[in-house]
Amino acid sequence: MANREQTTNGFSVIGRRTAMVDAAEKTTGAGKYTDDLSVLGMLIGKILHSPYPHARIKRIDTTKALAVEGVVAVVTGQDAPVTYGILPIGHDEHALAVDKVRYVGDNVACVAAETEASAEQALELIEVEYELLPSWFDPEQSMKAEVEFIHEGRPHNIEKEYHHVFGDLEKGFAESDHIHEARYIANEVTHAAMEPHSTLASFELDPHTGKLGRLTVWSSTQVPYYLQHKLSLVLEMPMAQIRVIKPLVGGGFGGKSEVIPLEIIAAIAARAAKRPVKITYTREEVFWAHRGRPRTIVDLKTGVKKDGRMVAVRARVVQDGGAYCSYGPVTILYSGALLGAIYDIPNVAYDGYRVLTNKPACGAMRGHGTVNVRFAFESQLDEICATLKLDPYDVRQENFLKPPCITVNNLRVLSYGLPECVQKVAAGSRWKERRGKLGRGRGLGMGCSHYVSGAANSIIRSDMPHSTVNIKVDRDGGVVVYTGASEIGQGSDTMTAQVAAEVLGCVLSRVRVVAADTDLTPIDIGSYSSRVTMMAGNATLRAAEEIRKQIASAAARKMNCAPEDLVFGNDRVSKTSTRSIAAGEGARATEPSVSGHVEGQILRGSLQQKRKEEGPKDWMTFEEAVVAAIDFHGALTGTGSYAPSLDARGGKFKGAGVGPSPAYSYSAQVAEVSVDEDTGEVTVHKIWAAHDCGRALNPVSVEGQIIGSVWMGLGQALQEEMVWKDGMLMNPGLLEYRSPSAVESPEVEPFIVESIDPEGPFGAKECSEGSLAATIPAIANAIYDAVGIRLREAPFTPERVLAALRAQKNAKKLNLTEGVDPTSPGRFREHGGALWFKGKGPQRHPLDPAVRGQQGSAGGND
Amino acid sequence: MKKELIQLRVNGRTHELAVEPSKLLLDVLREDLRLTGSKRGCDDSSCGACTVQVGGIPMLACTLLAASCQEQEITTVEGVSEHGSLAAIQKAYGDWGGAQCGYCTPGFIMTVKYLLANNPHPTEAEVKQALSGNLCRCTGYNQMYEAIKSAIEAEQKGLVAAK
Repeated sequence: MANREQTTNGFSVIGRRTAMVDAAEKTTGAGKYTDDLSVLGMLIGKILHSPYPHARIKRIDTTKALAVEGVVAVVTGQDAPVTYGILPIGHDEHALAVDKVRYVGDNVACVAAETEASAEQALELIEVEYELLPSWFDPEQSMKAEVEFIHEGRPHNIEKEYHHVFGDLEKGFAESDHIHEARYIANEVTHAAMEPHSTLASFELDPHTGKLGRLTVWSSTQVPYYLQHKLSLVLEMPMAQIRVIKPLVGGGFGGKSEVIPLEIIAAIAARAAKRPVKITYTREEVFWAHRGRPRTIVDLKTGVKKDGRMVAVRARVVQDGGAYCSYGPVTILYSGALLGAIYDIPNVAYDGYRVLTNKPACGAMRGHGTVNVRFAFESQLDEICATLKLDPYDVRQENFLKPPCITVNNLRVLSYGLPECVQKVAAGSRWKERRGKLGRGRGLGMGCSHYVSGAANSIIRSDMPHSTVNIKVDRDGGVVVYTGASEIGQGSDTMTAQVAAEVLGCVLSRVRVVAADTDLTPIDIGSYSSRVTMMAGNATLRAAEEIRKQIASAAARKMNCAPEDLVFGNDRVSKTSTRSIAAGEGARATEPSVSGHVEGQILRGSLQQKRKEEGPKDWMTFEEAVVAAIDFHGALTGTGSYAPSLDARGGKFKGAGVGPSPAYSYSAQVAEVSVDEDTGEVTVHKIWAAHDCGRALNPVSVEGQIIGSVWMGLGQALQEEMVWKDGMLMNPGLLEYRSPSAVESPEVEPFIVESIDPEGPFGAKECSEGSLAATIPAIANAIYDAVGIRLREAPFTPERVLAALRAQKNAKKLNLTEGVDPTSPGRFREHGGALWFKGKGPQRHPLDPAVRGQQGSAGGND
Repeated sequence: MKKELIQLRVNGRTHELAVEPSKLLLDVLREDLRLTGSKRGCDDSSCGACTVQVGGIPMLACTLLAASCQEQEITTVEGVSEHGSLAAIQKAYGDWGGAQCGYCTPGFIMTVKYLLANNPHPTEAEVKQALSGNLCRCTGYNQMYEAIKSAIEAEQKGLVAAK
């Protein structure tokens, strides 16, 4: 593991290895997640899903289901026909399908019943008549569609396309000494957070109307505010009537950063049943809800000088977005925007296509939009180095940015720790001595990445601050911080408490964080795009500084000094200098406080006595200072808010809103792998990962986030893949999806790099996402160093590695992406989940690519 | 389905319960006994979030019939903290970042308790092997190894002090 020395440099709370403030709740099982909650009279909700990838709903009959003993309500699309979507430009979803179903697993109806058993029994009795439509499973085929588009107003099933040109590409490529061009594919992966989505919705009876009134929703969400916003839209209720509470959340990774159908369905069912309803997805339903990282096809062209200096880059990216818009346009924009802000590239052209297919919608996943393009870019850089016989370490030295700077696509970079990151992992892995010298079968590879510390522009356009934090301090000396930021395991609450305690100079145990409850906490746009430390952290900092000012002015009067002469630390307020105060200042000691007192605070007897005896001294305990401040000001509350500065918000062109951030994190990694040439199995032995997080507020959390990101990247690099057949997911279980277990997980040595960002709280920036993207190319490049094969499709499964090795041996060129058909796995154990078992196999429209050629496909029909 | 009366001994206390013979141990713990520390992560014994000890052996409560666990000592994560204070392994998981979102943590705690009870000084390979039945999506496991190491040291210190 990493160096353990405490680098607190002058700080008393931040910079120290601190256990999460909620650690005990988690290790004892006492903490409550949404599915752990239950309220009086609560019903269980179960959702009926579509067995077809694309079909028109002709008729739904729920009478038989309603007759089942214990069933209280059955709701369908008609109960809430309003469309919504996470993006204002993408309102294309119904909580329950109204006219069409668009993927296998789409939501059709929901039963609310006394028991899970009767709900499931009722589901079987709901009669739905479908008219099958042709469906599209491959994005490049889907783009050719001429009829039966998945959504009206989306011709050729293209959700969104962007075309950006910065600089002069022709000139750039003309000036290049070497041009490299290739196609890279990263297959679809999903969050697979350990906690399945869960929502509990409960209406209060309004005392005045006697009817259903306020709605309270407990949900496993990363953004209570967005959920409140969409609930008000679909249920047609004012936001003020809706309270969203986020209990503990068992991991998000982006999968809970937008409104998932069950979150709204639970409320619709509760309204119909006039009883509280809880819905918790089965693991299979979690896979259908998805919103993960899309299968991405990257055609990349890079032109460089002899020394490896980059001159021009052209990227064409096609993303398989699934059946709904979701975060799609943002994802496809990130893929282009974050070609910049890591290396100095004068000429960049980008064509991005977000395509609709009849599969579960893709959305935001850790490293949103940047990961698959970074895999392509860093792999191609390595290929160029191989051709030009250059060391990837040296080539990166040639291409660093020179901050402070603005990139060609208008991204502002102030702090830039990438050079130090590269240097650290090179040293740690003994790169210069060992790369290319480990013998055939074993190798080292390098990859770099970066990520935003929060999006500078909110997806809901407004001038509101991105984060607001309130702090209340009372006579007991307790500090309560109210924040809308969402703890999802990343340490949000701990960061908040640390920042408040550091500013107020009190011990961490005085601080209690009340978070993510829309009735109690100010609006915060939640935990995604790695924004919490930068934005909620800054808001906390400002709120705490406001409190400190009030305490200082009161304490100064007590100690006959100027507020500027006071320091806050070690749970005390102390004088720096003991200079006697000037006559003018002394006057302030007699000005009356709000309570009319001129002197002497109300203290507990003993304390008051003590003070009398000692007279004014040169320090007060935090508690005494707080009491003094409350006596003087009447109350002790502070508010702080944060919005990114205008010059960090990017350019003016179409799509310029995505990519800009107050600060970027940087990561460099070296992976050491060995390849078994008989089985094609790749083993990762160790990964050295350096991450520039600005300042590490809590090194334990920072290292945890670095290791966790690297590890998730490792899963996508070697084994994780969603496998489709006729629009049905073939591996909708944790066993088949195969996120790495302990035995497949190598040592990750994290190196923390602190570039001290000028705008971050105490200089801190992002540390939870940026490291993921570098891992995949680092491993790809290490495989090349080991056995000389270039893998351009992730994950690097034994099948793909073997294919490449074979091609290498009989020297026959084999394009790995040729004939890749995402609808025919032939690799994984196939079961397709519950829908197969119920005999509702892939009956498909005659025009489906799946059916063409092999009439009467496998599986039963109903 | 008709309910039957069963007796379950959980965390040292005996409970008499009327449950369907088909009811799973995890549901009885979470619903009937309100012991929600054991989590459901996968429904099909893939993830280990529901790990409890039955007769001292780690078992997956999500695929175990409650009725089949009568006359056996069942220990859940709620039974791990010692007289109201954190057990060494729980403290260590907090200190070393072994728990992030915490959803898989109770399952890991039960697995690690079993490991250390039967092999007080496991090698790194033995630890990895023991943990391989539990999935975590946050930590990448590394910090758990640190936690387990320090928990072993803490136990040692405790033993020395006791002597």
